Amino acid sequence: MRFAKIDWALAGVLAAMAIGVTACGSSSSTSSSSVPTSIGSGEGQLNLVAWEGYAQPEWVKPFEASTGCQVHAKYAGSSDEMVTLMRQGGGSTYDMVSASGDASLRLISGGNVAAMNVALVPEWKNFIPQLQSPSHNTVNGVHYGISLQWGPNVLLYNSSKVKPAPTSWESIYNPKYKGAVTVPANPIQIADAALYLSKTQPSLGITDPYELTESQLNAAVALLKQQRPLVKKYWTAAADEVELFKNGDAVIGAAWPLQTNNLQAAKVAVNELIPTQGATGWADTWMLSAHAKHPNCAYKWVNWVSTPKVQAEQAISFGETPANTKACPFMEQIKQGSCVKYHANAPSAYFESIKFWKTPVKDCGNGKTDCTDYSVWQKKWTEITA
Amino acid sequence: MNAAARTHASAALYRRPWLRAALLLSAPSGWFVLIYLGALFLLFLSALWSVDAFSGKVVHSWTLANFETLIKVPAYRTIALRTIGIAAAVTVTDILLAVPFAFFAARIAPKRLQAALFVAVLIPLWSSYLVRVFAWRLILAKDGILNWFLGNIGLGSLNIGYSNWAMWIVFSYIWLPFMILPVWAAIERVPDSFLEASADLGAHGWRSFRLVLLPLILPGIVAGSIFTFSLTLGDFITPTLVGGAGSTFIGNVVYQEVGISNNVPFAAAFATVPLVVMGIYLLIARRLGAFEAL
Amino acid sequence: MIGTGRWSRVAFAVWAGLIILFLFFPIVIIMLYAFNPSNVQSWPLSGLSTRWFSSTWNNTEVRQALSLSLRAGLLATGIAMVIGTMAAFAVDRFRFFGRQAVSLVLILPIALPGIITGMALNSFISFNNLTFSLLTIVIGHATFCIVVVYNNVLARLRRTQSSLIEASMDLGADGWQTFRFVTLPMIATALVAGGLLAFALSFDEIVVTTFTAGAQNTLPIWIFAHIRNGQQLPQVNVVVLFVILVSLIPVALAQRLTRDTGALRSGARAPAAGAAPPAGPARAAGAGAIS
Repeated sequence: MRFAKIDWALAGVLAAMAIGVTACGSSSSTSSSSVPTSIGSGEGQLNLVAWEGYAQPEWVKPFEASTGCQVHAKYAGSSDEMVTLMRQGGGSTYDMVSASGDASLRLISGGNVAAMNVALVPEWKNFIPQLQSPSHNTVNGVHYGISLQWGPNVLLYNSSKVKPAPTSWESIYNPKYKGAVTVPANPIQIADAALYLSKTQPSLGITDPYELTESQLNAAVALLKQQRPLVKKYWTAAADEVELFKNGDAVIGAAWPLQTNNLQAAKVAVNELIPTQGATGWADTWMLSAHAKHPNCAYKWVNWVSTPKVQAEQAISFGETPANTKACPFMEQIKQGSCVKYHANAPSAYFESIKFWKTPVKDCGNGKTDCTDYSVWQKKWTEITA
Repeated sequence: MNAAARTHASAALYRRPWLRAALLLSAPSGWFVLIYLGALFLLFLSALWSVDAFSGKVVHSWTLANFETLIKVPAYRTIALRTIGIAAAVTVTDILLAVPFAFFAARIAPKRLQAALFVAVLIPLWSSYLVRVFAWRLILAKDGILNWFLGNIGLGSLNIGYSNWAMWIVFSYIWLPFMILPVWAAIERVPDSFLEASADLGAHGWRSFRLVLLPLILPGIVAGSIFTFSLTLGDFITPTLVGGAGSTFIGNVVYQEVGISNNVPFAAAFATVPLVVMGIYLLIARRLGAFEAL
Repeated sequence: MIGTGRWSRVAFAVWAGLIILFLFFPIVIIMLYAFNPSNVQSWPLSGLSTRWFSSTWNNTEVRQALSLSLRAGLLATGIAMVIGTMAAFAVDRFRFFGRQAVSLVLILPIALPGIITGMALNSFISFNNLTFSLLTIVIGHATFCIVVVYNNVLARLRRTQSSLIEASMDLGADGWQTFRFVTLPMIATALVAGGLLAFALSFDEIVVTTFTAGAQNTLPIWIFAHIRNGQQLPQVNVVVLFVILVSLIPVALAQRLTRDTGALRSGARAPAAGAAPPAGPARAAGAGAIS
């Protein structure tokens, strides 16, 4: 291709622009550190980044009617996606995010979320103590969000096609179900493999599935690479997995209780369980963007979803456990036996048994500084699923 | 502006063509240089930067780490080869489907039928891409029309719903009109006399096709292949909708890295792969005269 | 000679018929699904019904997405018509440095894979701390719509005689009057055709839009999200039917308007200059500008 003079001139202009740009560097945005003392009137709109099932019409419609805040929910399939969405466009696109423990600290350290005033959320006093100021959303005594609900990652299976009923995570690593397994398309899934290995190969010395040395990580990655030919599709959205089970493309996999509820409602014969090796899980927090355009609506929302009735509705709809201890009677009203089923009445022991999502970091405490950090997990995950 | 001033300005502009040119070019070049080219340049520059894993902020220090990762980690090679491989398969498929069709349309069909065929090829071209991919997702699903049909004729069922096979079928379908049009145009341009002469000299059917027609329409075929190849190379929607576990494309990784991992530098680095591949392809295509056949 | 024998004519005709069937089959199927009475997507359909049409129309998200798509399309088309025409005039009327480069640069947004254009614009927007909104969507769409208008207007300008312009000026019209009364009517139909094609392109675009939209959805983004969401599939089917019909109308009109340039006959440039393809960028329109 002949390069006309204009092309060289153009290149020169662009080069100059590039140099100018790098010299300037990126503008740093400072978030306001002052916390509001009262909730003003609603701004008429609320943009949320949420997990699927967290903004159901059942409790969104009454909220919109009473506060006038029109809710727009953007569903994200993973914590990574939530973090990216909250950082997009200077951070002002969305007002709130239902961040799990593996996203919350990243958002806090990135300056993407604002401190919240728990005094403005009266129901906070009724939360289980473990979720009032947990380390994943409270740093140095400052609250960066209001806990919402929590739950496990379960083993989901088609009860008419998988016999006998599975009891161990081993089933999703078993060639018996080749081409019919589905697991989340999420690097944090490595922790699930690590959890399984911590019980089946204790010699590896894995104590915390999120604190993995390089050799421990490699063992988990090897297991997942073995699993790869068994996987039909890595699901990115909960609905993907629902569809896979509905049309029979998958018969066993890792899921959230939401999928079980949706499939059972669609009359598909599925069942879930927490296998013998235990489960990873998530504890979600509604966090407020540091550049939120509708903070009043945000506070109204957080108040609304913290009330016992809405906590109950969401818990049953999704299949998770509410943070609010007063939700139990409401849950029993909606569905008998749900309090026990979702451990809302005796949460402590169950709480301790779940390995909640958290971002793997290099310096994992207790003097260990050689843990692999999340960027390594992400790279390994791409290797596994390529 | 009163008439006199207008006439004055108009005359002044008429006498200074460079000024008219400059004014006309100001908006387009401003838009493109400031917005598009600037963004593009910055994007590929950022391939040489990196991202801090925890805070997500771009670190503006020059590094070749992204490219090193691309070369060293086999996963990306697998993804790139898969993308290129399927793009090539789709291209070949479309050539095989399009050439006989174009021959019929250009040389055998009567005039009125030709016009109808032309419209018939344009309609799918203009029907929404997303819609057509969605249609195939429904057709190839386990409980979709394909398996229903195969079941009815006793051939059991195929499990190709989320797989590379599904992607191959869908891509070949979607880009077929892009291949048909230039090939049709190319065949139309071949004078009857060439083929008559070839027959007179004793070559029939396949021989005539291979030795006379094919070389003449090759630029048209290559022109069509530019579309099918390049469009497949950059796509991520079809792999997401009809692809399975082993169907990740370059486009998916790019989309992932930008939309989920927020690692734009790495995405930009990986995006240079389709760029380079297409650059080479276009150079070859130019040599083969494809640009005149577009 | 190839294709003259009886059997070969039949064989070719059968092949052509099969190809046409292949091309239309998925479109017909998906249009049928809009009338699926059940919310399960399996085949065969249990009947035909329009029961989902009203709930789709009443779905505020759908109406908002439609409104956003329409607004983005109209704005982007407007911008593209102005800028594309300016560029076409510059290239047709004048010889200047980089005249070749202009054509090449204008088709880049559609010649490069959509993800690259999308990524570049996304970085640009983030870097300048703009909010992702209607404005950013319009910037994205206008960027690749410009070439569609450019090609159409340029093709028309190449057919018009400059002697008409000179005659007009000889008769005493100044630059503006000549433009208004002579030039504009000459390019009007090409301009409108280009605009219609640009609108159709923008209405259907998803790749670049994914990278440049914020909290709101255009219709294609809504469709994409809900195909995977799986909870409102019947409504997706209805929306999809609507989108097919809407995309075809501007194109049909554009073809009528540019019929005089032989766009209907399969001339080499005609499909290239006239028909700009959806989603995957308008390669043909772009290609028309390369050589």
